[in-house]
Amino acid sequence: MDIHHARCARWLLILSAALVVAFSVSLLLGRYPAPGLIAPQLLAQDDLAFRLAFNLRLPRMMAAVLLGVTLGAAGAVFQVLFGNPLVEPGFLGVSQGAAFGAAFAIVFLGATAVVTQASAVLFALAGLTLSYGTARLLRYGGWTLRLVLAGIAVSALFSAGVGLLKYIADPLTQLPEITFWLLGGLAAVTWNKLLSVAPTALLGLGVLTLFRWRLNLLSLGEQTAFSLGAAPGRERLALIVAAVLPTAVMISISGMVSWVGLIVPHLARRLFQTDTRYSLPGAMLLGGLFTLLCDNAARSLLAGEIPLGILTALIGAAAFLGLMIWPQTRLNFKP
Amino acid sequence: MTASEAALLAFHDVSFGYYRRRPPVLWDATFHLHAGRILAVVGPNGAGKSTLLGLALGWLSPWSGQITLSGRPVRTLSRSERGRWLALVPQTEHMPFDYRAVEYVLMGRAPHLPPLAAPSGADYEIALRALEQVGLVDFADRPVTQMSGGERQLLLLARALTQQPRLLLLDEPTAHLDLHNKLRLIQIMRQLRAQGVTMLMTNHEPDVVLAVADDALLMETGRPPLFGPLDAVFTEAALSRLYHLPVRVVEVEGRKRVLWT
Repeated sequence: MDIHHARCARWLLILSAALVVAFSVSLLLGRYPAPGLIAPQLLAQDDLAFRLAFNLRLPRMMAAVLLGVTLGAAGAVFQVLFGNPLVEPGFLGVSQGAAFGAAFAIVFLGATAVVTQASAVLFALAGLTLSYGTARLLRYGGWTLRLVLAGIAVSALFSAGVGLLKYIADPLTQLPEITFWLLGGLAAVTWNKLLSVAPTALLGLGVLTLFRWRLNLLSLGEQTAFSLGAAPGRERLALIVAAVLPTAVMISISGMVSWVGLIVPHLARRLFQTDTRYSLPGAMLLGGLFTLLCDNAARSLLAGEIPLGILTALIGAAAFLGLMIWPQTRLNFKP
Repeated sequence: MTASEAALLAFHDVSFGYYRRRPPVLWDATFHLHAGRILAVVGPNGAGKSTLLGLALGWLSPWSGQITLSGRPVRTLSRSERGRWLALVPQTEHMPFDYRAVEYVLMGRAPHLPPLAAPSGADYEIALRALEQVGLVDFADRPVTQMSGGERQLLLLARALTQQPRLLLLDEPTAHLDLHNKLRLIQIMRQLRAQGVTMLMTNHEPDVVLAVADDALLMETGRPPLFGPLDAVFTEAALSRLYHLPVRVVEVEGRKRVLWT
């Protein structure tokens, strides 16, 4: 093979190592007993510190990594499948569906964590189903355009629903809870919550990883993909489900964490170029790393929690602007 | 063995249209393409030439009639089998992402790989050889989005060659090519024929058709197409009727040329 493959393999190794290091350091990072890093010996001696690290920090950090990996992968898959670098994992009615489900549970179903989470997953998948069904009914445009249009319409419906629910919600108890969910965050993650979503997320991510090279074929036109021995319709549906399921379950415990699924695939394609054999695993690692670091800042920068979604949006949007303006990054090859 | 079983590709009374309420695009098409021959599909715009390629590929399913590959209905081939038998060179292709040329061409290996496998070093060599054959080997690392129309057309040909098909379907393969590359394409097609590859090409350029084709299929809107060996079909009378203008076939320096005014 050529230098490019060696370079990509090296970068994947570097990113994996960076993720392991960041993860280990993050376990020591926090605001107990003082803001900053705690010494490993103290962790072993201080019972409270130990329980803090292993019952609160560890599941939360794992959720952050899994969330980032999921959003990065789903974003990369969607951008390739739709031939559009501006789509993000939730655009097929998934994010707005989940938001509606969560708000619905908070207002009408008593807002226990389990119910909110289940309702979010359910409505996220309903969003996907509705978008997909609507796209099949549309009678003009290519398959991609139809899905995009249907996704926009279904998202708008759910987001109107969220508006309505916010309007009727009790402003003292329910509204803050909805708002907090919409801002996104991992503060409430426990081992139980993490374990309830991890198998589904890992299953979807596993499927995507297996498809990492074949995904390239589906970026081509339908007839071309067909001529290369693919079944474009069926394979696309399989990949969409494999990308949306992890996204839906992860959003159900994190709330809306925006921009990760949009910016991370762009960064990955800069680093690994377009071939999804490398850019997809690259997007996974970058997403995990990015979300872990953002969540570290969210939980330890201030005495109070900063909503994760705000940080990812701030950093993600800034990075996106930078990527577009920075002249060197416009060219993707060296002559 | 009947004629259609002996042929590599056979159309038997094939009719097809995109809308049920309108007259069909393709009308009772019957022809046999034997292994190692080049068939040129000629006709005015909108006569259904690209549709015919879609049918041969199995992408479209005919209203009536039979399309067979070595005697087997083309739609019964498995997906990877189809990819190993047939390759398509589209006229143009929308390329939204800046794949490197060699990665783009490597996708042609897909039907030869086990499910979900990625191409190996050997596949990479095949892709590079295909790029070399079409004269794009120096462009291997170039993003496809920065290629010109002609270079892209050669790139699509390279991807089809990487598929190592038995039947190559070419849709207007010379549409974006300059004279030099046109000659290169003609030479490649002759090489492939010598290797036993069968080709079905649509083309608007009589000179290209006369240079490579063994058989011709003249397609006229609303009539069954006319099929036969090139010399028998590609005549002044038939071409004049096809394009509704006087066409002359003359011999210049020992080679046939088509003249029109």
